[in-house]
Amino acid sequence: MSQTLDLAKIHPGFLDPVRESQAVFRKVMDAVARPGSVADLAFAVDGPPGLDCAAAAVALTLFDFETPVWLDPALAGGEAEGWIRFHAGCPLTPETSRAAFALVARAQDCPPLSAFNQGDAKYPDRSTTVIVQVAGLEGGEPVVLTGPGIKTETVIAPRGLPHGFWEQLETNNAQFQYGVDVMLVAGPLLLALPRSTRAQIRKG
Amino acid sequence: MSLETVVGGAPERRRWLSVLAKAMPRELVEAWEALKERPTFTALRNAETGLVLVRGRMGGTGDAFNVGEMTVTRAAVRLPEGETGVGYVGGRDKRHAELAAAVDAMMQSPTLRERAQEIVEQLARQQQARREAAARKAAATRVDFFTMVRMRSPD
Repeated sequence: MSQTLDLAKIHPGFLDPVRESQAVFRKVMDAVARPGSVADLAFAVDGPPGLDCAAAAVALTLFDFETPVWLDPALAGGEAEGWIRFHAGCPLTPETSRAAFALVARAQDCPPLSAFNQGDAKYPDRSTTVIVQVAGLEGGEPVVLTGPGIKTETVIAPRGLPHGFWEQLETNNAQFQYGVDVMLVAGPLLLALPRSTRAQIRKG
Repeated sequence: MSLETVVGGAPERRRWLSVLAKAMPRELVEAWEALKERPTFTALRNAETGLVLVRGRMGGTGDAFNVGEMTVTRAAVRLPEGETGVGYVGGRDKRHAELAAAVDAMMQSPTLRERAQEIVEQLARQQQARREAAARKAAATRVDFFTMVRMRSPD
């Protein structure tokens, strides 16, 4: 992965990298601590075409030279790839099972969650964090979240997830301590579904 | 990301980037401020300082080994017309890195190239003068060693 970047096409990143990445980090940390709560990252960065504002902010904040990143085919090779390489300086990997982060621009084409790195017994934290861009965080089929960080239950209704996603998430949750962590983003909004969270489609 | 990845292979550009990097920060700032019209530029990546691992080969052909780490400051800037330049300079002078990037961007612009070329040539002359002065100083204290063998007559 060392083709020359065409710098003329690269959009700016954070204007003030230290402050902005700290602010985004805090928001993302809170979102993961309280699964289902929605973080608004509109203040951070516009990002390149194809990448939602929240996904771009997470990329600049969390990706670095130690985190292999998997990009879905809609992002790989495009402007977003150049932008991520330039600003985050992270290695890209074509193998889902080696990725520390995965960026999925088209939720419908998201590979099965079991294809990503599930972590191992010594280092379950090394599993992939999968960032999925969805059509919206509201207006879809209601899903009830329970688990650590949620007092009773939280109801979310993201739109545009592939068929069978929640079943996959249930399987993912069942193998805790292993498993991937998922973040759903839509525009500037972000919602986290860590592996400890149980998600069930609301019946009736 | 390596400089190679960012800059690509054009030997001309390598030369001017090298001249800009090796310039004394003061010389570059003076040359920049002497410009009648200075283009405005925005930061694509703000100047940031970090370490680069310098590697070498014994005798130029041996196995690669780590010489040591070097402090490097880099910046990437964009001119209003979209030309994008990069500056990688030794040390921690952020202004140096920014201006090197700005001049690199000017060198890629058809309208600004001439002015940027003057800066580069002026810096190159100053570097050449410094090198020659150092060489003269060294030459003045040169000691030639003779050995007994060389001083002996041929027969």
